[in-house]
Amino acid sequence: MRFSRKSLGIPYAVFLVIFVAAPLLFLFYYAFTDGQGQFTMYNLTHFFTDPNTLGTLYYSFTIAIVTTAVCLLLAYPAAYFLATSRLQTKSVILMLFIMPMWINFSLRITALKEILNVLEGNLAMHPFLNAVIGMTYDFMPFMILPIYTTISRLDEALREAAMDLGADPVQTFLRVTLPLSVPGILSGVSMVFLPAMTNYVVLDMLYNSTYIMGSLIGSYFAAYNWHGGSMISLILLAMICLFTLLTGNAEEEGARGALL
Amino acid sequence: MAWKVCKRLFLILVLLFLYLPILLLAVYSFTSSTNIGAIRGFSIHNYVTLFTTPELTGMISGTVLLALGAAGIATVLGTIGAIGAFYSRRNASAFITTLNQIPVINADVVTGFSICVLLVVVLHIGKDSYIPLVAGHVTLCAPFVFLSVMPRIRQMDSSIYEAALDLGATPFRALMEVVVPQIVPGIVSGFALAVTLSLDDYFIAMYTKPATFDTISTYVVNATKGAQTSIKTALWALSTVIFLLVVLVVLVSNLRTRRLAAAQDGSLTR
Repeated sequence: MRFSRKSLGIPYAVFLVIFVAAPLLFLFYYAFTDGQGQFTMYNLTHFFTDPNTLGTLYYSFTIAIVTTAVCLLLAYPAAYFLATSRLQTKSVILMLFIMPMWINFSLRITALKEILNVLEGNLAMHPFLNAVIGMTYDFMPFMILPIYTTISRLDEALREAAMDLGADPVQTFLRVTLPLSVPGILSGVSMVFLPAMTNYVVLDMLYNSTYIMGSLIGSYFAAYNWHGGSMISLILLAMICLFTLLTGNAEEEGARGALL
Repeated sequence: MAWKVCKRLFLILVLLFLYLPILLLAVYSFTSSTNIGAIRGFSIHNYVTLFTTPELTGMISGTVLLALGAAGIATVLGTIGAIGAFYSRRNASAFITTLNQIPVINADVVTGFSICVLLVVVLHIGKDSYIPLVAGHVTLCAPFVFLSVMPRIRQMDSSIYEAALDLGATPFRALMEVVVPQIVPGIVSGFALAVTLSLDDYFIAMYTKPATFDTISTYVVNATKGAQTSIKTALWALSTVIFLLVVLVVLVSNLRTRRLAAAQDGSLTR
């Protein structure tokens, strides 16, 4: 066969089918079968009826919502102040906000843990607080970057027009800048919310032994229970799809791809 | 005026939150202290431990090798995938783009678990073969390379490729000598992104790695659950080394872009 550019897509398509599509198909198979390979709804009904797993779902949502809110409250003003400032060192500060992404997260959490140890005395006393601080610390750059990008791309003429037409700075912010930066907020929220529901290592490292959704997969994995783990993975996947649809896929790839 | 000071103060506070832990650890890594708070004398003991303990050096070189290897494979796959998808018929292109999006939005825990289920549980490929680990990291990285190369292909002038064919180049040669050079920036940033993703990964490695192999992340997470003090403080040194490396890379790449920009300015004004 004659070589053509089109055929270059074939190896990658095969790769994606084997390593992305096939694993998901097997998640479906394992989630709806038992140890004997018989069809069962047990894993699904168990998750939605067992108080323990429901508690985990609730706790994950609580942690994720609080973490996302704290991240947003810190990241939005920071991104806004930086994007609208006339500082000479703007690009340097932006780089400082991005740089933590390139330092291994486990080492950064170790550093945070040492500080919290000094501040709190006994880490185990404040599990929820530590989880929120740890995740905020870990995920904040992912919130700042998309918001900064959106705000700095806004046409300054819009803000000036609002001021010329008699709006005060607060009105200008609330009715022009804030609504126009919603895509950046959505993209940042989706980059923080999902990891906050699943990244259980941050909790482990900060002595918070309460389960979140990710920990359930971890514990099923440790117990070689592929059926239970697959069901949790599917439930997470369904939530991720729903969430992505809701946030309108707000430049998801743009945000993580803009890391460089 | 006061508002301006408030704004700057806020930026400084957020930066402090992000950097204080790392910087404090960096200071303490040069002392013989084993806890933050009690500063003792200057010592490079932690760095000696870091670079002479076989367990630590092995874990670091393993992580780096894995990152470079997986990123290399991912870059080749993602790049040819992006070129292929761009020139494919609409349906085929949409198929590839959609599948490509799944690992990007998926939680790493789910990606790692699902690859473990397919390769280890269904296909019985031993984790000791390193195949699940490398496959997992390539699956994590390749979609991002694809996304980083794609915009470059869109911007590319396709008529040059046609011209090369008309002038008698084989399609393969035209691809290598005409298409690839035009998208190099996308390939390079895709590779760099792939390396950082692999270096930072915990979950995929956790679910697919051989029991005797550790990446920095899996090692550190285990070590925090009650390691010896000497290892704990050696990890402070590791964190400092990585921090300094990142600073160095950022500085060098900034200087290079500035020099490039200056060179371009010069050639424009001439």
